[in-house]
Amino acid sequence: MDKVLSNKKMIALYVLPALLLILAIVYIPIVLTAFYGLHEWNGIGAMTFIGLGHYKTLMQDKAFWSSAGHSCLLAIFSVLSLILYLIVAMVLAARIKGANLFRKIYLIPMLLSSVAIAQLWLRVYHPTNGILNSLLVSIGIDNPPAWLAEPSIVLYALFIPILWQYAGFYILIYYAALKNIPSSLEEAAKIDGANALQIAWKIKLPLVMEVVKVTIVLAAVGSLKYFDLIFVMTDGGPNGASEVMASYMYHEAFRAYDFGYGSAISFFLLVICLLVTWVIRKLTAAKDTIQYS
Amino acid sequence: MALTLTLGLVLAGCGKNDAGQNAAEPSGSKDAGGDKVTIQFMHLWPEGVSAGQNKIVNQIIEAYQNEHPNVTIKQEVLDNEQYKNKLKVLGSSNNLPDVGVTWAAGFLQPYVDGKLFTPLDDLLTGELNGKFVAGTTEAYAINGKTYALPLEFNIAPVYYNKTIFEQNGLQVPQTYEQFKQIVKTLSDKGIAPIALGNKDRWTGSLWYMYLADRIAGQKVLADAISGSGSFEDEGLVKAAKEVQALVDSNAFVKGFNGLSNEEAKSEFLNGKAAMYLMGTWELPNFTTNEEIPKSFRDSVGFFKFPTVEGGKGDINSWVGGPGVGLFVSENSKVKEEAKKFVEYFVTKWGEQSVTGAGVIPATKVDTSTMDLPQLYIDLFNEMNKASSITLFADVQMKPNAAETHLNMIQALFGKAVTPEKFAQEHTAAISKGN
Repeated sequence: MDKVLSNKKMIALYVLPALLLILAIVYIPIVLTAFYGLHEWNGIGAMTFIGLGHYKTLMQDKAFWSSAGHSCLLAIFSVLSLILYLIVAMVLAARIKGANLFRKIYLIPMLLSSVAIAQLWLRVYHPTNGILNSLLVSIGIDNPPAWLAEPSIVLYALFIPILWQYAGFYILIYYAALKNIPSSLEEAAKIDGANALQIAWKIKLPLVMEVVKVTIVLAAVGSLKYFDLIFVMTDGGPNGASEVMASYMYHEAFRAYDFGYGSAISFFLLVICLLVTWVIRKLTAAKDTIQYS
Repeated sequence: MALTLTLGLVLAGCGKNDAGQNAAEPSGSKDAGGDKVTIQFMHLWPEGVSAGQNKIVNQIIEAYQNEHPNVTIKQEVLDNEQYKNKLKVLGSSNNLPDVGVTWAAGFLQPYVDGKLFTPLDDLLTGELNGKFVAGTTEAYAINGKTYALPLEFNIAPVYYNKTIFEQNGLQVPQTYEQFKQIVKTLSDKGIAPIALGNKDRWTGSLWYMYLADRIAGQKVLADAISGSGSFEDEGLVKAAKEVQALVDSNAFVKGFNGLSNEEAKSEFLNGKAAMYLMGTWELPNFTTNEEIPKSFRDSVGFFKFPTVEGGKGDINSWVGGPGVGLFVSENSKVKEEAKKFVEYFVTKWGEQSVTGAGVIPATKVDTSTMDLPQLYIDLFNEMNKASSITLFADVQMKPNAAETHLNMIQALFGKAVTPEKFAQEHTAAISKGN
């Protein structure tokens, strides 16, 4: 085995297929997108080079910044909801009755396709026949709002299925991280008289902190580029009230036939995500790492 | 389907053409009189969604292949939205099929600018001369050359539920005042007067266009759309105000601005809403579609959008126009053969589409020889005496302006903009010229 691993040629051979795939599917398109973003192009005809013209337009595009605000709001809610997921994972990891079953139930939304989830929640939010409004009417609330048609609440109405979709994913990650904590530490703490809350806050949390940091980055960046449910449920409507950066980019590129501008938005979104990742890593950098082995 | 689309998107960029579902090809291509020719034909009538059209397409292809044994036609079938996406991708990679489906005016423009469609004027002077309904081929003409031959023709009447009207003692309105009275009566009784799903935005555009036509007149509206006039014309702003007045009078189903057209249609089909403004492409659902209860189908009638007192539009002015048409790719290697196929297809389609699929073709139809449901006969008569037909704004306008128009429609209906702002945004978008 050592002979294989130390032979540089063999290493290169094993790495090559995946590297080629990632280059072709990820990195080359990124470079191409940056390239298209510097041109005026309707997707079909010829391209004209306009340098940073699109980015100048982007800076003053009110519709874009409104959608960026919505994306940021989603990112904030996503990160805050991680707290809830951590608590749920802690409860599950404490070996309560039925923990296995709950884990599976929480994971199910992640196994559904985004479109299936969208269709489900469209039925829930339907203004007259929807499950939610039928329930509200039956308990006496006379005129429940049309959740997906009111510009002031449509974004928040969408957040619920979006967060619901990925809850199981984060709960599973935290559960695995929590399960990795040797039970000897917990028992030692119990013997020393710590109650459940103190154990959770002072012992479990610091030990899963590295994992939590990773999930914060995942949640924030994932929310910034989120597209699926927004597109299927409201298509950014009504009139941009639930538009996010990714759906705005789609509309500009594929509906308004402005591929140059769409590419510029796409590349800008990439830059934003990289920036946010860097900032989060900086803010959550460990002053000292905790060892427990 | 999704796999095909994904593969298509990935591979199309590399220059390969992925075949979707292939129709039955002839067992052997005989080499009788001419080299073997294969024509790639991409369309948007899958069997599951458009069974009638799909059957006709296959019949025509089979007949053509029998008459021309050296020709093989390979089909690629996608559904409506997938088709639009794939066409754009193929267009940008210069990989269009030999024959395909396109929409008119603003949709066509980028493809014509990119020199991707070939002019079909020679076909118009041949066998098809004079066979098209007036105005249909013009919508496919840019700078004097026609780039596609239309297959469909639609107008948009207001369908209504005769049972609901009878139960509430209502008569078909001739004037807009009568129409508003009907809306009030129904909404007071808790029945949704109009089914509208404005999430898709173009559905609301139909309402605005009719009000604009009736108040400001057809010419003002057409000029504003084409850019030679302006949406800030007094009559058009008044039409926008009237839209908001309708919204305020609870004329539309609850939550309409977030409902898709399909969801709204089901309100109408279930008898929960009394009226539905939609194109004649819906006729099969109200006449021949066995999946919809016969009792409902028998209770559907239509009326023309009523006139507005003091307005300049007359009751025989319609919103509508040609539907999809066939194009031949400029870079096709079998252009001549493809053009012959298109000519054949349009002729045969015109003969079979009404009885076979309930679709009104763009070629003139002789209804006297056909056994058609009453709704069709009535609408054909209306089409023949139409004073004018204004093409749907979002098809007529260039893509960016069309997007602005549609977004503004949603904002107008949602009362997020004033009628004045609505007009200003249009002027700004149209002046950009894309």
